[in-house]
Amino acid sequence: MPQIQDFASLAQARAAGWPRTVVGLLLNDPAALPALGDQVNQPPYKAPPKAPVLYIKPANTYARGGEAIVLPADVSEVQIGACLGIEIGRTATRVKVDEALEYVAGYRLVADLTVPHAMFYRPAIKQKCRDGFCPIGELAARERIADPDALTISVSVDGAAAWQTTTAGRVRPVRQALADVTEFMSLHPGDLLLLGIPANPPLARAGQSYRIQADGLGELVNTLVAA
Amino acid sequence: MKHARVRYQDQTFLATEAEGHQLRLADGRLVAQDDVTWLPPIEPRTVFTLAINYADHAKELAFKAPEEPLGFLKAANTFIGHKQHTMRPDDVTYMHYECELVAVIGATARNVRAADAYDYVAGYTVANDYALRDYLENWYRPNLRVKSRDTCTPLGPWFVDRDDIADPMNLKLRTTVNGKVTQEGNTRDMVFGIPALIEYFSSFMTLQPGDIILTGTPDGIVDTRPGDEIVTEVEGVGRLVNTIISEADYLARGR
Repeated sequence: MPQIQDFASLAQARAAGWPRTVVGLLLNDPAALPALGDQVNQPPYKAPPKAPVLYIKPANTYARGGEAIVLPADVSEVQIGACLGIEIGRTATRVKVDEALEYVAGYRLVADLTVPHAMFYRPAIKQKCRDGFCPIGELAARERIADPDALTISVSVDGAAAWQTTTAGRVRPVRQALADVTEFMSLHPGDLLLLGIPANPPLARAGQSYRIQADGLGELVNTLVAA
Repeated sequence: MKHARVRYQDQTFLATEAEGHQLRLADGRLVAQDDVTWLPPIEPRTVFTLAINYADHAKELAFKAPEEPLGFLKAANTFIGHKQHTMRPDDVTYMHYECELVAVIGATARNVRAADAYDYVAGYTVANDYALRDYLENWYRPNLRVKSRDTCTPLGPWFVDRDDIADPMNLKLRTTVNGKVTQEGNTRDMVFGIPALIEYFSSFMTLQPGDIILTGTPDGIVDTRPGDEIVTEVEGVGRLVNTIISEADYLARGR
């Protein structure tokens, strides 16, 4: 029989050293929504999204650089969703666009590992929330990143030629994303807002390693292993 | 036993229910339940929520009952305690409560069979899972703007130990708006019961102590307006009181 934790431990079960909330923006790459074509006006969507389309990466997904990430038996490959994680430094509620960066502690590289999926009608828990599917890099203080909307992020799988994306030109740049999300959802110190994975990210399978890099943010390296 | 987490004289305490509408604080003092500010009984870790998990509610929303649990996640920002205020934005035309039994996970759970599922449950509480239908969009639906808003998920008042609830799958649920009964149901009518939900989620994610599952709501949702007092009650688990507040009042009062 498993040992059940008592109320005193359950009352504050949050894990030290990890964010309480990690939330990401879907379709924030300007190429992502046009790639769906007229589908966006057809059922089940019926219209393009108005508010930011968000998803949560829950606590079981958190991992560090250097850890081996186990791909479950039903997952043959994952998208290496290399993205910018914006770490909150003080409680952010209904922040204004031009003040948004004052709420930021810094930035981290995040690998939003995602099982490829073509439908975005229902929350993608099985595709985004498997154990270890959110490796998180080291914190770079806000002052060290001159412009978070002009970062080149490169991904290399097994040392192959780097695949590149940029944080520039996002549907919602960093400040706008912070304003639009905190309009209804407060973010607290240590929480991470993911600026969103790029359209058509590189894929990797068990047995492969990836390296994500960006100037000023260091690197995030993980190996994928079979279950 | 019924446990709570409260603020009293600017300090946070764990507490247990005591006779005469009182609480016994962890330091031994007895205080009146009306003299504390109620916090959610736990600060949840991962929050699973079920959509359309009662057959009658599926019909009410014109959906076929799902073949697989329709789960979504909520974030920590959305929770408030018993007897607190939930903000209704001015531009919303339909905002409804959802009375739900909540199972609290108490041990690490991976690939748990339904027959063993209760071994992993620490206890139960009550949630009111408000939804603002004006903000519903068909992208990762139900979207977080509908379901993970600040103040929109009252939780509590009590955490009740598992063994105090003889059969969690046979509990009456009831919601009143200003004293009038608007929603009634029974947890036996869930499409996927607590054991099936733990088997399902633990089949592809590791559950940990402090994770919670909001198990869905039955038929009987109505619009709620500023000033309305909504009481969501689950038999033997708790009676969770909440008041709707207008956007203007909310912003003026802070919280």
